[in-house]
Amino acid sequence: MNISSILPLSAKNVSLSRDGRLVLRQINLDIFPSKRTIILGPNGAGKTTLLRLLHGLVVPDTGEVLWLGSHAGMQYRRQAMVFQRPVMLRRSVYSNVMYGLKFSGLRRSQREARTAEVLRETGLESLAKRSARKLSVGEQQRVAIARAWALGPEVLFLDEPTASLDPSATKAIERLVDFISNAGTTIVLTTQDLAQARRLAERVIFIYNGQVVEVADADSFFLSPQSPEARAFLSGELLWPGAAGMKGPRLCVG
Amino acid sequence: MQQFSEAFVSALNMIIGGDPGLGEVVLLSLEVSGSAVALALLFGLPLGAALALYRFPGRGFAIISVNALMGLPPVVIGLVVYLLLSRAGPFGVFGLLYSPGAMIIAQFLLVLPIIAALSRQHFVDLWEEYGDQLRSLGSSRIRALPTLLWEGRVNLLTVSLAGFGRAIAEVGAVMIVGGNIDHYTRIMTTAITLETSKGNLSLALGLGIVLILLSFAINAALSIARVATIRQGS
Repeated sequence: MNISSILPLSAKNVSLSRDGRLVLRQINLDIFPSKRTIILGPNGAGKTTLLRLLHGLVVPDTGEVLWLGSHAGMQYRRQAMVFQRPVMLRRSVYSNVMYGLKFSGLRRSQREARTAEVLRETGLESLAKRSARKLSVGEQQRVAIARAWALGPEVLFLDEPTASLDPSATKAIERLVDFISNAGTTIVLTTQDLAQARRLAERVIFIYNGQVVEVADADSFFLSPQSPEARAFLSGELLWPGAAGMKGPRLCVG
Repeated sequence: MQQFSEAFVSALNMIIGGDPGLGEVVLLSLEVSGSAVALALLFGLPLGAALALYRFPGRGFAIISVNALMGLPPVVIGLVVYLLLSRAGPFGVFGLLYSPGAMIIAQFLLVLPIIAALSRQHFVDLWEEYGDQLRSLGSSRIRALPTLLWEGRVNLLTVSLAGFGRAIAEVGAVMIVGGNIDHYTRIMTTAITLETSKGNLSLALGLGIVLILLSFAINAALSIARVATIRQGS
């Protein structure tokens, strides 16, 4: 399937406003092959918007998102995204995963074979015939990941996939992310959960208030963060977004 | 009061005994309103989806128009269709006036704004829920439409039944363009009007009862469909 890599993915001077508020300002970053990149930051920092933008669901007001230096965008389908809240169609788990391939251009027999393969690899075989909407949120999220993974993406974006899950469901998701990462897919995952970031990250992009504050390898980021914002975040003093523009920093112990 | 109970008993007898005159009128009613709603769905659902999913100049005005037309009085539609189909009108050559075809056209125009306006709101909600995910999987808006129709099938069924309810119960439009011709364009509502004025209360009441039973049956079917879907996982 890998003809040639679509990476690195670069955002160049990307800014975006929503409802008159600057959500992302002058973002510059690169995503490299086969690294697990964690986009870390407090609530409202712009993580979700950044991910949607990299994925191609949102177009920046200024700046550009480039795949291997070109404007290829979403059309190549070599990248996929998993949303924070899983969106399940009113049909079985099997059909949900199969649906993921609907627009892939594969023949029906190929789609069926790929669906069976993915369900086996992701350990969802026993749920295949269950109605997807009746599963727990954790199970639904695993189906959503399987559905995205079925596309054979080179890059998989995951937007806080464990945000509302209990520890065991979180662990199941992280195992799945591990598996996909080990299979050679580049992972870009947002989180505000420090423990999860430590478990998963090889590289950290720390964003705060719509800006990239720090980019570092995971080890050096967690050992010796360079920016005051990252230090505050790591020490559990969560800065409210927008605090920078107000009188003195408002701190909130997280 | 005695007149009412007598009429009621003979009405029940007509229904249970399968009175042929009654059956003919009921069947034509179902045929006309069913065809009108089927046509209105064919045009109204894409219209509702377009108003929900696409941005184009004049969209705001179109939404207001469709919403306003939902409350259009049937007699006004009847009058407009009459003018269009009458011998001197632009479509007079087809000779459709005073035929079931004319009645279907009138009810189609009556139901179309209802289907479009109500389905638009459902499509807005559906796109809100599924839009990002479907686009992420590579779907365009137009290719997402069958998926949205299927995912929203219960709500869209409610919409079509709302349209059907409006069509089967109206009298003004079909009276004007159909003419209430016996054995040809007489349907339940026009028959009730006529039989009441003739004093033939048992037939009128019998038809009224059928109308009410139909309404019950439709709503029961709807509830069953809804429960079945919730069981499947809402």
